[in-house]
Amino acid sequence: MGAPRAARRAARSEPQASEVIEMDKRCTETEAVAELCSGMTIGIGGWGSRRKPMSLVREILRSPLRDLTVVSYGGPDVGLLCKAGKIRRLIYGFVSLDSIPLEPHFRAARQAGAIPEVRELDEGMLQWGLYAAALRLPFLPTRAGLGTSVMDINPELRTVRSPYADGEELVAMPALPLDVAFVHMNRADARGNAQFLGPDPYFDDLFCMAAKRRFVSCEKIVETKDLLAEGSVHTLRINRSMVDGVIEAPGGAHFTECPPDYGRDEAFQREYAASAKDEESWARFRAEWLGVPESEYQAKLRARRAG
Amino acid sequence: MDATRAEICATAVADGFRGDGEILVSCFGIVPSVGARLAKLCFEPDLLLTDGIASLVENVLPVSGETPAAVVEGWLPFRSVFDLVWGGRRHVMMVASQIDRFGNQNFACIGSHAKPTAQLLGMRGAPGNTISHRTSYWVPNHSPQVFVPRVDVVSGLGYDRAGALGRQSARFHDLRRVISNLGVFDFATPDHGMRLASVHPGVSVEQVVKQTGFELAIPKNVPETRLPSRAELASIRERIDPEGLLNKEVRA
Repeated sequence: MGAPRAARRAARSEPQASEVIEMDKRCTETEAVAELCSGMTIGIGGWGSRRKPMSLVREILRSPLRDLTVVSYGGPDVGLLCKAGKIRRLIYGFVSLDSIPLEPHFRAARQAGAIPEVRELDEGMLQWGLYAAALRLPFLPTRAGLGTSVMDINPELRTVRSPYADGEELVAMPALPLDVAFVHMNRADARGNAQFLGPDPYFDDLFCMAAKRRFVSCEKIVETKDLLAEGSVHTLRINRSMVDGVIEAPGGAHFTECPPDYGRDEAFQREYAASAKDEESWARFRAEWLGVPESEYQAKLRARRAG
Repeated sequence: MDATRAEICATAVADGFRGDGEILVSCFGIVPSVGARLAKLCFEPDLLLTDGIASLVENVLPVSGETPAAVVEGWLPFRSVFDLVWGGRRHVMMVASQIDRFGNQNFACIGSHAKPTAQLLGMRGAPGNTISHRTSYWVPNHSPQVFVPRVDVVSGLGYDRAGALGRQSARFHDLRRVISNLGVFDFATPDHGMRLASVHPGVSVEQVVKQTGFELAIPKNVPETRLPSRAELASIRERIDPEGLLNKEVRA
């Protein structure tokens, strides 16, 4: 956010005891997605059907954005964006719903040849590309990919020879710089310090470090002094220098898991998967769950659980 | 107490981890998961196993029945798995939707990659695994559709392609075994072509040949895959898989 927006936000927040106005990066999904343009490269954190920034993905689905390059350890984020025709180029290690091994909408899109540019990588190569971008390096060397079809389906890939005595030839995994990164965390403060409380940070910090604009949605915004109340210092993987906007989105990862706040909504995920069966099922699912604002989505979920 | 085919397969899987010592074993499929646990319980106590999420677990957790509390001995989020893979301290047993004579494996997709007739799991970690550390494969349904002359897409690197990379690049490439519902296979031939190492009891060599879409190296005398010992069988049935899930994975 530029200075004027930050100032506006600061003015809106609680008055500070001191005269120093601290940066307040709170914003909404709508404001974050409004910064995107068609054709941009978007990195989406999480892994498979785990801790995905789904409220932001749903916001992209409601937007007119198109021709996106999406970089992801894919789950329903990729399935939904494929189905909605938002993706021009997909850079990925896999696309899975975990308890359902293959994302059904992604499978359908692949078998229909509906994703114009498919850049499938080894899982580790994807990390390397993000890490290279994070460190502002043009590439990082790896053996992964050598000799396999990865080299054929990614025609941009080049190899590099070690300049040392070993002379080994390696894949030069190019940096994957992102225009925007979206990640979902358990907790964050208003300045963008963010915390994972589950078992795995995945690669969310790298997504943030590889991107020009970084948005963190979270289950709950807490005071900075309370960040250590629920997790050790090691869970503060993302610090505020890596974040531009913070979105409080309780249930924002639904229907993917976000432990310890909630597990995967397996029943919902099965319904989602079944919507790939035919156009009629998809239209029904879309009308009920994607054609509504996020607040209504969450309200419908609460009603469903109560009912 | 006759061992089932699946139990014989799991025992063969376990034998494949003999001598691995203190490395991580990762398995896909029920029979491989049972086999890894069997190896750890019976003869490779130093193997590292995970809970399938992000922890290394010291005690052997069953694949069915009641799960005791895990004794966590380490933290292994995905980025540490990747480090460990490229560092080589791992033996993975992956599945193969297609595999050829040199052990090139495909579980990515069937048909062309640009527009597959069947999208499968994708590349996942197979390229990095196969060029970095010990790799074995599990095939629960041995057929000419799986054991093919040529895989549609190469996700896991085989011996011929590894050879073409040169000794330097391929020095950590190490395909060990392919275990199917019919037999055990290795690459102990001069050109690293696949060899029939043993047939499971009740399976004939002819049956294996008929179900394989390329020419296997067949030794003069093909032994039978060994049966699990009484203690091993008890471990499988009482400690690892009390509900016998593994028997659903293998059609004998």
